[in-house]
Amino acid sequence: MPFGNTHNNYKLNFSAEEEFPDLTKHNNHMAKALTLDIYKKLRDKQTPSGFTLDDCIQTGVDNPGHPFIMTVGCVAGDGESYDVFKDLFDPVIQDRHNGYKPTDKHKTDMNHENLKGGDLDGNYVLSSRVRTGRSIQGYTLPPHCSRGERRAIEKLSIEALTTLDGEFKGKYYPLKEMTDAEQDQLINDHFLFDKPVSPLLLASGMARDWPDARGIWHNDNKTFLVWVNEEDHLRVISMQLGGNMKEVFRRFCVGLQKIEDIFKKHNKSFMWNEHLGYVLTCPSNLGTGLRGGVHVKLPNLCKHAKFEEVLTRLRLQKRGTGGVDTEAKGGVYDVSNADRLGFSEVEQVQMVVDGVKLMIEMEKKLEKKEAIDDMMPAQK
Amino acid sequence: MASTFSRMLMGRRTAMLLASLGTGALATGYLMSDVNHAAVIDRTKLFPPSSDYPDLRKHNNCMASHLTPAIYCRLRDKLTPSGWSLDQCIQTGVDNPGHPFIKTVGMVAGDEESYEIFSDIFDAVIKERHNGYDPRTMKHHTDLDSSKVTHGQFDERYVLSSRVRTGRSIRGLSLPPACTRAERREVERVATMALSGLKGDLAGRYYRLTEMTEQEQQRLIDDHFLFDKPVSPLLTCAGMARDWPDARGIWHNFDKTFLIWINEEDHTRVISMEKGGNMKRVFERFCRGLKEVEKLIQERGWEFMWNERLGYILTCPSNLGTGLRAGVHVRLPHLSKDPRFNKILDNLRLQKRGTGGVDTAAVGDVFDISNLDRIGRSEVELVQLVIDGVNYLIDCEKRLEKSQDIKVPPPVSQFRK
Repeated sequence: MPFGNTHNNYKLNFSAEEEFPDLTKHNNHMAKALTLDIYKKLRDKQTPSGFTLDDCIQTGVDNPGHPFIMTVGCVAGDGESYDVFKDLFDPVIQDRHNGYKPTDKHKTDMNHENLKGGDLDGNYVLSSRVRTGRSIQGYTLPPHCSRGERRAIEKLSIEALTTLDGEFKGKYYPLKEMTDAEQDQLINDHFLFDKPVSPLLLASGMARDWPDARGIWHNDNKTFLVWVNEEDHLRVISMQLGGNMKEVFRRFCVGLQKIEDIFKKHNKSFMWNEHLGYVLTCPSNLGTGLRGGVHVKLPNLCKHAKFEEVLTRLRLQKRGTGGVDTEAKGGVYDVSNADRLGFSEVEQVQMVVDGVKLMIEMEKKLEKKEAIDDMMPAQK
Repeated sequence: MASTFSRMLMGRRTAMLLASLGTGALATGYLMSDVNHAAVIDRTKLFPPSSDYPDLRKHNNCMASHLTPAIYCRLRDKLTPSGWSLDQCIQTGVDNPGHPFIKTVGMVAGDEESYEIFSDIFDAVIKERHNGYDPRTMKHHTDLDSSKVTHGQFDERYVLSSRVRTGRSIRGLSLPPACTRAERREVERVATMALSGLKGDLAGRYYRLTEMTEQEQQRLIDDHFLFDKPVSPLLTCAGMARDWPDARGIWHNFDKTFLIWINEEDHTRVISMEKGGNMKRVFERFCRGLKEVEKLIQERGWEFMWNERLGYILTCPSNLGTGLRAGVHVRLPHLSKDPRFNKILDNLRLQKRGTGGVDTAAVGDVFDISNLDRIGRSEVELVQLVIDGVNYLIDCEKRLEKSQDIKVPPPVSQFRK
């Protein structure tokens, strides 16, 4: 809860052993990393805004996880969480982000001109999309923020977004005051986000006070979309039909830069540091927070025995076209970068562009019943 | 530091002492490193209570009806001795605007002191929810002497089963929305230790949710005893389901007529029941069991949360007073089709539900009929009210069977005279 946490002081009357959660049936990154010693060390600490270790881990305690899917199991309540509770977050980050060390530095590169190629074959690529998140320095994150803070974040975001012009000129739709017609339109455009139902999110406190200070902004062209106060302060999405990922990425970088510039004019900045890159609520989104992907038709390749291995070597990930945890339909897959931390934005989108290009060539070969064994890529 | 306290933990006196120490003493004893008091004060100035006042314009629950900006501003920065705040009490009501036709309560207590420190809002909510019971001026009377109850054997051609339930909280330990894992485990220890001392027809066994075998689980489901992790957002938003299923469990006697739920919506929920219409025996066992458990926890220095303003203290304001729901499953095929049925129930101060419990529909003309009130009348009075009322309903049913006319009874008085 915001502004100090004396409730945690009360807990210190009980020993660490008595308070330590029962994680024997748990399978998430937090449960793997949290030992009684770490708990003892960190339990009497709190961030300047009053977020505590128990606050970080509640979602992981309440959601033991799945034997096959490894969830993260902890969230940050503010930027300082990653520092005050680094004894927990460092091993979680290392495990989740392929061995990223506490001493590693993350490179940020939002210069879209550094992307080579990127105009993919529209006969195979149905749509292209890049998303990320941004947190506003000086405010606590969705698991912890008070109503007053969340409203302030919304107000700042609206002020910034409504000054955008040109291709970025658009409108804000607060969830609280949407008309039925506006709601239907946003649903049809696949823009509307709803109150989270996943217990992973609910248990962390992100859905408190819904739908107060939540909303959706998009440009008139419907190619640039911002979600306010959903899982993060801001989620920014650039997208369009077809395979021109280069254009999508250009608009993404330019739009974000404009937004950042306007925030700077108001003496606000995005949460960022050179170790973790952009700081977001979930440790899985640290670094770039970027998921760049396409909906691509690969009806032959997806049946090939080496499909999974191709993806792994290209550092790509597949999902169904409904998003995370959905099945592919009709051979159409959502293919995106697997990494978030340790590679820059340009590098990650480059991997998507190069990887999808290769996979389309493989698909074309398989259409002609030719072999693809000599096309297997090296591990990136 | 903390370990010294934990060794003393089993004593109620210690828990009471801890609860009364207050945050001031705790802060000097356990000064948290990294606390930036100046930062906390700055943020409070930057975000005054008015900036945090919830938007309740589309809300229809008791909390929303009574939480004015003035009350919120007065109470926002107050904390109970264990550090529980108003925002935490009302979170469930902010997150769940309610239904235009069903008025939910919209707030919970985190501990016994919540009802005192936030009385400005709790008293108003209690008054509305309990049909005018005013905690500021009225007293609640507790009476668990089951020998006073008369005519408590129903006609079993109509009454299929009888049941009485209530809840009890252990003084000195926080309630389910607020309790720490250690406190919840302590509730489990205190309760199960007491229950293991029950003898005779009350002797029984504890089944911890985390250690149940598949067979035990299936058997408890078949007996309709097993409770599951709450799914209702009214409960999950209040924080009651944290750390599930740690320290939750079910105790029941070998006869399967006395059942206790541990750490579900309250510290303990106590249920006495049996098939058939012997409500007198059900209530007798209920009272005897409760008194035995109370004696057993008192031997170890614990007691139940109770005061004469609010009766037994439970998590939800709707369960204050007796926390008692005494009811039957009764067949009323003729009466239920009579247009006067609801009026008769209202005047008898009874409530009908489907046999699946709250929010279910009746199946095959069998209704769950129970007392409407919880506070302002004692347990004996409420159970007598149910007995008299159900006997009246059965009488009406019999008359209608013979095509005789029935009368709507005069309204029963709500509070004791």
